[in-house]
Amino acid sequence: MIEAINLKKVYRSRRGDRVAVDGISFSVREGEFFSFLGPNGAGKTTTIQMMVALLAPTSGEIIIDGLNVVTYPHQVRQRIGIIFQDPSLDDRLTAWENLEFHGRLYGIDSRTRDKRSNFLLDVMGISERRNDLVRTFSGGMKRRLEIARGLLHSPRLLILDEPTLGLDPHSRRSVWEYIHRVRRDVGMTVFLTTHYLEEADSSDRVAIMSSGKIVAQGTPDRLKKDLSSEMLSVETANPDALNAYLIAHYPSLQNQIRREGDGILLFPLPPGIDLSPWDLLRSIPLPIREASVRRPNLDDVFIYHTGSGLKNENADKRGER
Amino acid sequence: MMEKDVSFKATLGGAPPILASPLKRDLMGIYTLWQRDVIRLWRDRIRLVGSFIQPLLFLFILGSGLSPRMGAMGIMRSGGPLGYQGFLFPGIVAMSVLFTASFAGVAIVWDREVGFLKEVLVAPLSRTAVVLGKIFGGATNSVVQGSLILLLFPLFHLHISPERLILAFLVMILIGLTQTSVGVLLGVRMTSSQGFMVLMNFVILPLFFLSGALYPLDRLPGWLSVASRVDPLSYGVDLLRWDLVGVHYHSLWTDLSSLFVFMGIMGVLSVVLFNKTD
Repeated sequence: MIEAINLKKVYRSRRGDRVAVDGISFSVREGEFFSFLGPNGAGKTTTIQMMVALLAPTSGEIIIDGLNVVTYPHQVRQRIGIIFQDPSLDDRLTAWENLEFHGRLYGIDSRTRDKRSNFLLDVMGISERRNDLVRTFSGGMKRRLEIARGLLHSPRLLILDEPTLGLDPHSRRSVWEYIHRVRRDVGMTVFLTTHYLEEADSSDRVAIMSSGKIVAQGTPDRLKKDLSSEMLSVETANPDALNAYLIAHYPSLQNQIRREGDGILLFPLPPGIDLSPWDLLRSIPLPIREASVRRPNLDDVFIYHTGSGLKNENADKRGER
Repeated sequence: MMEKDVSFKATLGGAPPILASPLKRDLMGIYTLWQRDVIRLWRDRIRLVGSFIQPLLFLFILGSGLSPRMGAMGIMRSGGPLGYQGFLFPGIVAMSVLFTASFAGVAIVWDREVGFLKEVLVAPLSRTAVVLGKIFGGATNSVVQGSLILLLFPLFHLHISPERLILAFLVMILIGLTQTSVGVLLGVRMTSSQGFMVLMNFVILPLFFLSGALYPLDRLPGWLSVASRVDPLSYGVDLLRWDLVGVHYHSLWTDLSSLFVFMGIMGVLSVVLFNKTD
């Protein structure tokens, strides 16, 4: 469905060039649920803009549903439904008018348009508000309307750029219910970028992007297993001493020990040693207040590959809105 | 809610609709964007009334205040002398068209700010269609605004025949299209509406003051005469004044051809510039 080959985007300016996307390649199969993860500025949104022909790649190419995006922009756009990171509705129009205008811009005849609009508004639970101005809608309702709008022209590929950013947990859950249902029923390919790693957990494959490059790619399970079998979390009165001890005895842990909160160190079980996680903990000659062992999650994978957490950025972003 | 007997598959499944011809798609897009602007104008009736005030102040206060002096100058027309209010009236009609038309530019900037522009830009639609839709929408708004002022003509003791009114309507369309193109041209590259407002002050007011809406264009100092000649609005005002009160300073041919040339240049520039963005 999506084929990106050495895709590169350089923003040129008088103050010098900035490489936003640095020669990435990836492919997404038909019907697949593919997630793009990365900190802000990693190049995710730039990649999406190239997919919908808003930006021309500096080099490399991107092919969607067998069509080169640069050569056939409109044919490609007709096949894509996109939910933008930021709101993109006309809030001076009613929900129904937003759908109607979208349908007309995508060349859908009025009968099909009405049938689909009715159905989608119903499914998204905003049927009774159809004739209200969008400016009176809550954030969750606006998002659901945007999803309805993105689906209206029956796209083959649904692009979701941070679809649940700024939504309360309840709205987030309902948004995902709808997306999963569309996937199940229609077999639509879904391309997601998100900050919420648990949302990416249910995807078929994940690509992690950092500074314009794809640094890891695979199924969530594979990526977690590649990182480590176990994650160890240790709380101690003297984290610096523990840190020094761990690096001295297990050099592979260099740059892999994370500090979480007061005196808590988090690190993967070093590869190639015979110890069980508990044996390793017992062998530490420093006083330990509390310790736990768990399976790695995507958060751990993400931090390992990008050297940064997402959690704080998340908080910042929500604060801005 | 989720247990509907109609499924996603039945409603959304199947191949995507076959793309209509580019021309048909673009025409539909232009019509849709135009209709959106008209709906928004109708919803924003308050603004329509609000922008009614300014022209009235010009006509009643400035018009009355300057009337004794300007009237003494003796602006002549074929039927006899023309009072200053009568002289001013077409200029103020043109002014309200100009001010509203310039809003089409800020409307593009707003669309960018609230994100709706993205929705339009990722639609299978040429950028030319987007610009044209915006120009037609803005021009419609400005002609509606101008018509509201135009219909006040009996208050100023003017006698205008229905045919003249229809002709004035056509002239306003021409002015509206030209000035909306100017607005859109300025709005296409702007990303903040505050910035646009500042820029507009540097553009709209000179366009208005140089247009001859407030004073006769003959016997102007040299530099002013030159400046007014490059102001597209001066030809629109001239045409409107010829139609409504029978006074004009350029030949009709000059007026019409200048307006069309300006409109063409501005329209083409907007399209070219818009195609380059992002």
